[in-house]
Amino acid sequence: MSHRILIVDDEPNIVISLEYLMKKEGFQVVVATNGDAALEQASAFLPELILLDVMMPKKSGFEVCQALRANPALTGVKIIMLTAKGRETEVTKGLALGADAYITKPFSTKDLVLQIKSMLA
Amino acid sequence: MKAKLRFILAAGVLGLLMTGPFALTALLLLADAKEAERAAFAEFLLPRLPLGGLITLFGFIAGLALLRGLFQQYVHGLLRMAETLRLMLGANRNFRVAPAGPPEVRELARAANDLAQQRDELLNDVEAQIRQAKATVEDEKNRLAALMSELAMAVVVCNLDGRILLYNSRARLQFKALAQGPTSMSGGALIGLGRSIFSILERGQITHALENIQQRLRKGSAEPTANFITTTRGGALLRAQMAPVLGSAERAEKVGIPPTPPAKQGGDEVSGQAIPAQDQTKAPTMLGAEQQVTGYVLTIENITRSFEREAERDQALQTLTDGNRAALGNIRAAVETLIDSPEMEADTRERFMRVIADEASTMSERLETTMSRFADSLKTRWPLEDVLAVDIVAAAARRIDDRLHLPIKHEDQDASLWMRVDSFALIQAITFLAARLQDHYAIRELRLRLAAEGRMVFVDLIWSGTPVSSETLYTWELEPMNVGAETSPLTLRDVVDRHGGEIWYQRDKAAHNAFFRIVLPAAATPEAQAGDQAQHLRSDSRPEYYDFDLFAARDAEGSGIDPDRRLTDLAYSVFDTETTGLEPSNGDEIIQMGAVRIVNNRLLRQEIFDQLVDPAIPLKPEGIPIHGITEAMVNGQPRLDVVLPAFHEFCAETVLVAHNAAFDMRFFQLKEDSLGVRFTQPVLDTLLLSAVIHPNQESHRLESIAERLGINVIGRHTALGDAYVTGEVFLKMIPLLADMGIVTLRQALDAAQQTYFARIKY
Repeated sequence: MSHRILIVDDEPNIVISLEYLMKKEGFQVVVATNGDAALEQASAFLPELILLDVMMPKKSGFEVCQALRANPALTGVKIIMLTAKGRETEVTKGLALGADAYITKPFSTKDLVLQIKSMLA
Repeated sequence: MKAKLRFILAAGVLGLLMTGPFALTALLLLADAKEAERAAFAEFLLPRLPLGGLITLFGFIAGLALLRGLFQQYVHGLLRMAETLRLMLGANRNFRVAPAGPPEVRELARAANDLAQQRDELLNDVEAQIRQAKATVEDEKNRLAALMSELAMAVVVCNLDGRILLYNSRARLQFKALAQGPTSMSGGALIGLGRSIFSILERGQITHALENIQQRLRKGSAEPTANFITTTRGGALLRAQMAPVLGSAERAEKVGIPPTPPAKQGGDEVSGQAIPAQDQTKAPTMLGAEQQVTGYVLTIENITRSFEREAERDQALQTLTDGNRAALGNIRAAVETLIDSPEMEADTRERFMRVIADEASTMSERLETTMSRFADSLKTRWPLEDVLAVDIVAAAARRIDDRLHLPIKHEDQDASLWMRVDSFALIQAITFLAARLQDHYAIRELRLRLAAEGRMVFVDLIWSGTPVSSETLYTWELEPMNVGAETSPLTLRDVVDRHGGEIWYQRDKAAHNAFFRIVLPAAATPEAQAGDQAQHLRSDSRPEYYDFDLFAARDAEGSGIDPDRRLTDLAYSVFDTETTGLEPSNGDEIIQMGAVRIVNNRLLRQEIFDQLVDPAIPLKPEGIPIHGITEAMVNGQPRLDVVLPAFHEFCAETVLVAHNAAFDMRFFQLKEDSLGVRFTQPVLDTLLLSAVIHPNQESHRLESIAERLGINVIGRHTALGDAYVTGEVFLKMIPLLADMGIVTLRQALDAAQQTYFARIKY
């Protein structure tokens, strides 16, 4: 039974890589390109892990993360936040708001895949 | 009046005494006479009665005239003389009684003059001695003030109430530059002796800094200073450092600083919105017996520009890092996916390639725009200063001569050029080039030339003979600038870049010579500023930008004006206006306003308001010879709707003083509703005060008063000129009023109201 992964990012140029990598690992992948879509997809698709971008127009990754954590149907979902800002304060904020991991761009795809696998294990 | 009554009474009694016995005798004779004798007497007397009556009447009139003359000469004359004698006693020592009237009075006047002469000589002697004793102290104070005014930093000293005791010209210039709106008109009026620092800096911040200092003092810190950054009303960013002024508690008591403010506290509370803050500034000042904070020194620096530049640099850095982070992330993910996925189909691979190309070009574009946008701020982070170009060249020549023993000649040097440079690095660079030329091309002489073009200054190093290949300069540019044993971490290129300058090599075939040209940014000639400072230092009188006596002064401003304060303790704005005519109610308008401040019994000639006003109506030709203001002068000047609010701000929390103030106040009053500016402070009128002091003098015109009080009148009939004279007159009046028992503001206002002139309406 393959794992379900939700990718949330408004930038197609990163989505293409993430989607390809996840599918290659044999995961079921759904993509959402904004915060509201992400919340809808999360409820419908019930992913086990969410790759969540911080910088998105309208609803930021932080808000989405908080909303996800407030949803009782989604307890136990793993959240990895991806950001283009590497400030320490932001990392702390992401973790405080309920993210399981916080990865800054640019990141190593190998490490990302390894981390996802270990979190799903 | 009293004297007159007494005189008339005395004359009456005298007349009765002289005619009484005669009348009594006549009555007795009449009573003793027989009937026939009486009839005979009546028969004899009656026909002659009209003549007798006429002669008696004549005698009576002659007597009255004589009495009047005697009164004028001996009573009124003496009274007038007494007034002038009082004048000699206080306000105008050089005044002398003009001997007039009967010989006895003249003799008295002469004796009084002789006495005054003798007293003056004595006083002069004493004064000379005092002056001598004070001279050293004054000298020191003036030297301190001169030093302060020369400092490149703005310095302001305040007492605990936030009243300014000292400021230097840099502070004045700085706050003048910061002043916005109406304030800018009064020439940076926000800063002034006795004014509150809280009109410039936020009260809370000052209080907080003061508390920090006091805490540090209690802990025994050696350097109890506090730093803070604050914004002005105009949005400028200031960095301030506060250092305490410590005085011994004993001395503080002596100069009259009460440990806790007495009953007036209530008055304070009404006006100050930040009561707790104010109370805190006052309360925790006791730090043991010896050390007490009596005030503080603020050094203030406007960091708006450097801050903006820093912010720009930060922004550049952030745009480059954060902006490119995402793009780089996308590229890396795509590349790694490509590498790890050899099985990928061709069209998917194609899409990945496009992502990479796409992101790479985004990155380079961002880099380009960022660099061009922030180029200036990235360049100017070196401490550059404005220097006279010839000074740099001369210093370089000395250094070259000293280190290399290479003869230097100066050629066409424009002595008026200023540059903005890091002078040490620049001199190093010139020396380095000279050394290289000497080592590699064995030149025997170097000529230095200075020229300017637009906003650039050229420094040329010229030599004859051997030309240099242009590659040589490129190599030299990148070597560390080592000359002999002296080493430098910088290269020539570094120095040039740091100035945003350029350097190149050029040959002048016609002149058979070659030269290196260094291009540097020119700086504005700082003449304006220098002139302003020079003006301050030329003044022989006591500089007016400090008054340490204010350390002892307690809060007057900020708590309204207490009418029971002594006249000597109050702050005044003495003003005058020039107008199109004398009828404010008939459409006449203000065309000039001038004012000067009096603080702590001193006329502050630097703290002035001086502004022409466009009346928006034609000037009356008959007025022009009086005030000397023409249409051309008022054209383009601000209107009263701008000037009056600015003046209002200038006068805030001071008592207004003017000569014939009712006239000026009427103009203000007529504008109150339309301009929304209301002058609610008390007003003192030197015309009325003169009538209080010298009720027997005929003229209370400003010139006459000034003459009586021994004041030189210069620049009359400009608003500021008249304000100066009025201010000096007022200062002379304060002790004269005190002689009459008029000491407080309330007493002065009451006395003025009771004079005849107070009834005149405009």
